[in-house]
Amino acid sequence: MSEIENRILQFLAENFVLSEQVEQLGFDESFLENGMIDSTGILELVFFVEDQFGIQIDTSEVLPENFDSINCLAAYIRRKQDLQ
Amino acid sequence: MSILSDAMQIAVEEVSRISEWIKNNVFQEFKRRGGVIGVSGGIDSAVVLALSARALENNKVIALFMPEKDSSPDSQALAAEVAAQFGVELVINEISPTLTALGCYDYMAEAIKQIYPDYESNQDKVKLVLPDNLLEKPSLNVFSLVLMRNGRPELRKILSPHAYLGIVAASNMKQRVRMLSLYYHAEKHNYAVIGTANKNEHDQGFFVKYGDGGADLQPIRHLYKSQVYQLARYLGVPQGIIQRTPTTDTYSAGSTQEEFYFRVPFDLLDKIWLGMNRGMSADTIAKDLDLTVEQVRRVIADLMQKKRTTEYLRTIPLSLSS
Repeated sequence: MSEIENRILQFLAENFVLSEQVEQLGFDESFLENGMIDSTGILELVFFVEDQFGIQIDTSEVLPENFDSINCLAAYIRRKQDLQ
Repeated sequence: MSILSDAMQIAVEEVSRISEWIKNNVFQEFKRRGGVIGVSGGIDSAVVLALSARALENNKVIALFMPEKDSSPDSQALAAEVAAQFGVELVINEISPTLTALGCYDYMAEAIKQIYPDYESNQDKVKLVLPDNLLEKPSLNVFSLVLMRNGRPELRKILSPHAYLGIVAASNMKQRVRMLSLYYHAEKHNYAVIGTANKNEHDQGFFVKYGDGGADLQPIRHLYKSQVYQLARYLGVPQGIIQRTPTTDTYSAGSTQEEFYFRVPFDLLDKIWLGMNRGMSADTIAKDLDLTVEQVRRVIADLMQKKRTTEYLRTIPLSLSS
């Protein structure tokens, strides 16, 4: 597991789920379908990515394909970092 | 006409069924002598007022209009028009002084300044919005704050979680002060508070817990917004109200309900939802409404997500069994 996935997991454990539940969380599991993320949760995720990875996010990029699982989010962060 | 357009039609008999239900619950079940309705100049409160006047007799109904400084200037004239149309007494209770005393506007400004440090409440207007039409783009429900000031282009920024929660907590004070006022007038007359939530608002969590969600009965909670419009026409609600775009009437820049929360025109949203509730496949719904299957799936996913994440709002206080 890379550092990006680790930091996402740590963030989820601190903010969304009990730490023991993080171990059971699948990397492709949908945040939306498992009910983990609501409208505040989406903002928290956006804020976390901007703050922790120094990435500027446009509303048009807040799509399920970029934000709806650990793997989606990690891939999105890598793509944005490559562009910088 | 499509299958879903046809299925969305309600019979005019629904007016009598709801009126009887209001009458039985207010008089028999709750032993109250009338009803108070918070009117906003919008379609839902106009329909509930008309139904209540019919059910309880118009001299046993009070229409309470509770504007505050961010309310639209059009609202009062429309509230007065609908009260006059149905022969109901209109009581006006300006709630800005109460909200000022509670710190609502200061809290709101403090939260807005986290996003726009040069915000000036006396010259700027703001509103919360979700991304544009969900039918066009599959973007998630990420709230942005729009700031409008004369002479400069509109600004739009994604909210920080802290600012978002601060703005929502402050703006929800408006609905909670209104509930307090409704119950004051209700108890003074031994009346019930009759709520105005429709199915869209209730099931998708577009209401404030213990705010506009606080009422003794909710006579149109089973109706899709499109059906509320049908009832409005049956009941003779003034055209100015029927033609008005539904707004939140909460933020100074006057956001519509579609841009603030629902993201899809009610006409389509309701039909997709009805199809889903009737067990129709996304493919069948798409064909019936001339949409793509992907668009229908996107709207259904959004509906389910809103229902799931707002369950807390609809839950009564939990307790242990003895």
